[in-house]
Amino acid sequence: MRVLVTGASGLLGAATAHAIANRGHEVVVFQRRASGLPFDEVRGDIGDDDALTRVMVGASAVVHLAAKVSITGTMAEFERVNVEGTRRVLQSAKVAGASKFVYVSSPSVAHTGAPIIGAGALPANPQTARGPYASTKAQAELLTLAQDEPDFAVVAIRPHLVWGPGDEQLIGRIITRARAGRLFLIDHGVALIDTTYIDNAASALVAAVERAAEPSVHGRAFVVTNGEPRTVAELLTQITRAAGLPAPTRSVPFAAAYGAGRVAERVWQTRDSEPPLTGFLAEQLATAHWFDQRETRAALAWVPAVGLAEGFGRLTSWYQRGAVAL
Amino acid sequence: MNLVESASLPPAGLPGLDPSWSRLANAPDHSGRICTWHLLDSYAQRSGDVPRLTLVCVHGNPTWSYLWRRLVQLAPADVRVVAMDQLEMGFSERTGDTRRLADRVADLSSLTEALGITGPVVTVAHDWGGPISLGWAQRHLAQLAGVVLLNTAVHQPVGGPAPALIRLARSGPLLNLNTVHTSAFLRGTTALSGSKMSKQTAKAFRAPYTTSQRRVAIGDFVADIPLETEHPSAKKLDLIAADMTEFEQVPMLLLWGPGDPVFSDLYLGDLMTRAPHADVHRYEGARHLVSEDDERVFPDLLRWVANLALEQRTGSNPGAGIATQQVHRTRLWDGLHEAAERTPTGVAIVEMSGAGRRVTWRRLADTVDQLAAGLHASGVNPGDRVSLLIPPGADLIAAVYACWRIGAGVVIADAGLGIKGMRRAIRGAAPDHVIAIRSGLALARTLRIPGLRLSVKGLAAIARIDAPMPPEPSESATAVIVFTSGATGPAKGVVYRQSQVAGTRDVLREHYVINPSDAIVAAFAPWAVFGPTLGVASVIPDMDVTKPRTLQAVALAEATAAVAGTLLWASPAALTNVIVTAGALSAEQRRSFDSLRLVLGAGAPVPLPLLEQIHELVPHADIRTPYGMTEVLPVSEVNLPEIRAAAGGNGVLVGRPVNGVEVMISALDADGRPVGELTDQSEVTGEICVKADHMRDRYDRLWATNYSASRDSGWHRTGDVGHLDSDGRLWVEGRLAHLIVTARGPVTPVGIEQRVQQLPFVQWAAAVGIGPSGNQLPIVIVTSTDGTAEGLLDVDSTQMVRDQIPELDIAAVLVRDELPVDIRHNSKIDRKALSFWADQILAGHR
Repeated sequence: MRVLVTGASGLLGAATAHAIANRGHEVVVFQRRASGLPFDEVRGDIGDDDALTRVMVGASAVVHLAAKVSITGTMAEFERVNVEGTRRVLQSAKVAGASKFVYVSSPSVAHTGAPIIGAGALPANPQTARGPYASTKAQAELLTLAQDEPDFAVVAIRPHLVWGPGDEQLIGRIITRARAGRLFLIDHGVALIDTTYIDNAASALVAAVERAAEPSVHGRAFVVTNGEPRTVAELLTQITRAAGLPAPTRSVPFAAAYGAGRVAERVWQTRDSEPPLTGFLAEQLATAHWFDQRETRAALAWVPAVGLAEGFGRLTSWYQRGAVAL
Repeated sequence: MNLVESASLPPAGLPGLDPSWSRLANAPDHSGRICTWHLLDSYAQRSGDVPRLTLVCVHGNPTWSYLWRRLVQLAPADVRVVAMDQLEMGFSERTGDTRRLADRVADLSSLTEALGITGPVVTVAHDWGGPISLGWAQRHLAQLAGVVLLNTAVHQPVGGPAPALIRLARSGPLLNLNTVHTSAFLRGTTALSGSKMSKQTAKAFRAPYTTSQRRVAIGDFVADIPLETEHPSAKKLDLIAADMTEFEQVPMLLLWGPGDPVFSDLYLGDLMTRAPHADVHRYEGARHLVSEDDERVFPDLLRWVANLALEQRTGSNPGAGIATQQVHRTRLWDGLHEAAERTPTGVAIVEMSGAGRRVTWRRLADTVDQLAAGLHASGVNPGDRVSLLIPPGADLIAAVYACWRIGAGVVIADAGLGIKGMRRAIRGAAPDHVIAIRSGLALARTLRIPGLRLSVKGLAAIARIDAPMPPEPSESATAVIVFTSGATGPAKGVVYRQSQVAGTRDVLREHYVINPSDAIVAAFAPWAVFGPTLGVASVIPDMDVTKPRTLQAVALAEATAAVAGTLLWASPAALTNVIVTAGALSAEQRRSFDSLRLVLGAGAPVPLPLLEQIHELVPHADIRTPYGMTEVLPVSEVNLPEIRAAAGGNGVLVGRPVNGVEVMISALDADGRPVGELTDQSEVTGEICVKADHMRDRYDRLWATNYSASRDSGWHRTGDVGHLDSDGRLWVEGRLAHLIVTARGPVTPVGIEQRVQQLPFVQWAAAVGIGPSGNQLPIVIVTSTDGTAEGLLDVDSTQMVRDQIPELDIAAVLVRDELPVDIRHNSKIDRKALSFWADQILAGHR
């Protein structure tokens, strides 16, 4: 089976492309920059229909990861990439005759800001999703799942907080702040949060590709996590320790963090760099969100192969090797 | 001017009400005029189908058929539910007529005829719907399969005033103002619900009564309550009440919200007197709208209805009491009289507190007889219930045996339930009389006890009454109502018949080889009561038996010396304090323990280190811990050497069943429900089930609880979870209500806690689940030995806790200053409260 992976320059995209190839499938990748991956590659923007048409040739499955994921930006930018881009990829996949489409979504599409305690994949809702990223991902998930047909199996996979060696999104930001001595806990970091080690997210996507046509799979959305919720305090301690840094000890109350985040969002609107904190991020770091993985595991016939302890071990080794190289 | 308005369907969008249940039906009323009714009918879309049974549901005032919506929703396919709005009420026709009780009975009969309800019927009614439904039932005895009543009345209880709120609403000018011109009565009724009824639901209850004209019948209905004998409806109500004798053969179920300020427990008592065979369930905490306040009401009702058919097939009703075994046992007072003959001057009871009263066998036997005669002459009859609020001692024992001799049941609510729990427990048991110390009488004053209210000091006068001895009561007479500790919900009343108390005595005598040379040191209250029937002396140490932690080593030594005690029974909390205070013992006091041949630690699990310390203090005694519960005691037993050898198992080893007790396990399914067939296979974890001659008869006024606990005929489901090992020994792993139901199945807490407690920095541990059942996360809560502050345990210590339980993924470990425990045993951890606490914390910001 020839599988197209969009957005393969990111951590999860690259890991997924490798995992698919390791299962004996043929892989083609599509993204703006050179991926450096040992696969067929077409470079282009998600708005470039010609490039999309070219890359779709012969593909029977698509894993669509390409998205704007940053925590800042205008709604229009998010819409262009996440909603319109997804619509184009879907369209060209159908035209090209692909039979499976795996949309990489996010649990934030169903997160209203209230704690999520052991819930399954609730319906995506662009109105209640927090912030432009979650809202546009919700729109895209809804329009993708609406395209599910007998000979075009559509699945949405929502990996929650993917991390691993080389991750800049989550781990990188935490370490940068810890190095600067500016990493602190919100409300003592008591909220329980599910995360996903990179290899597990990739293997779940492979399972989704292979099982997309199963009756219990197609047309549905699944949250994917390690299934080992931990407190924010413990996660931050493990991550900073992996990098050889002291664990955060200072805590600020939620109200203060949220307020500071909202101020930073406004201040940073006019700058190129990212704000250190946003209201959304403060909420995410102070509110429980852990999920019911029973349906996901049964439907995808998948279990995470790498436990949290093993994952933190690998992260530690990675930082140690990096230190030696420096 | 009374409004005339045709019937209509309810507006759309009322919460919980499916529009497809609603229909309009025409039927002639009592005067022959055709009227239109609105009704909910679970067969509205299935005309032509024949149900196995029809529930005819009659609402009261001022509600409407909306009250029964969940019953319509929950009813199985072969049960038809018909719930009408009475004429002039709900969405039924407003004819402008004033309808009296007799009219409404006739109206309803005409409606059921028009609906073609000819098969078996169970009537279901609430509030003033009760008399109407009973009137209907009396006219339809041939098709009547059962009667269900929720918070209602057919008569003023003997000696009771009219419900105060109704009297107020009835009082002249207030009547119209309250009921018609304003919606005060209407709003009052939904406010009578104990739970916080949602605004939408309260609004739905008011939906048919939006204008004063539509409320006219509410006022008429209230005015039709016959508080005076000359009232036009009084005769009909009296007739209905008197004719309740016709229901002797009809199964009846009374579902009650005891917090109802209108139809209080007095009305329940009145109904129970009129229908002694009725099954009863009181929903502690529920009020007037009992089915709104407790979501178990309708499922329980349907279970009862399903059981009606079962009963016809098999003839067994698990909701009834255990059938009395016809084993002849000596009567409870025989041992006492035999001892009085044998050693009249020998000591029967020694009280170590106060003046240190010693009572001889002759004196005790005479006092019991005199009190039995005197109390009987004063109105205590066989079958009555007598609440005894007397601390353990000679007075309590004499009163208990006197009541038993009459055939009256004693209600023993101990202070270990807390004052609030005690009051609730006594009110639930509805005693006819009370004998109490002064503070007990003060408590009883608020409980409206109809019969004798006697102080302990007044007993002497009762004993002097010259009266004949009452005849010996039946062995099946109720002996005692005792209460569960309330560690998992409100305390439940447990009923024992005399034969079952005698059974317990015989098991104790046989198992512990008790003979007249023994003497009991009763640091655990029930022991004191068993002394006389066993024919052995007892001593009550100087302690507050309701606060086991108050037992001092010196007090225990002095008590033991007073009777050369051989048998000691104490709770772990009492034993702990004995060890703590053992330093104050003189050498002579220490030697007084040499007479003890047996020490029993019971009431809650006893930790091994404590048993070892007791062993050092009392080296000659056999040290054992019996396992049992309020419903059956003892079940099994284990001794110190076995406990020593058992370290590392999953749970607390409680040993082999004692002679005469069978123990089986009902295995848990993946959702943690004990659904397995009873098995004695080893290593199967499930609910512990017990069968014994000496177990309880039933739960008191808790039909559904009893049904559930007795669903395996002859067996008691304990609510404890555990397993049997390959040697046939029982291990307790926790409470069913405290299971942690994870995505990988149920997990029991005790084994986890034991392993975590092995860590040096952990003093006590509790394992609880948070999140939805079936996907719960295991959380451990510890108290620390080194003063760690409340909150999250540090990451490294958390990892050490996880390493103790490698087969589980403990999501988080929290530290607390102390763990919440029950009042009675001071040792049963309230894991429910801890789960709630942990869930709140780990949810983070809301």
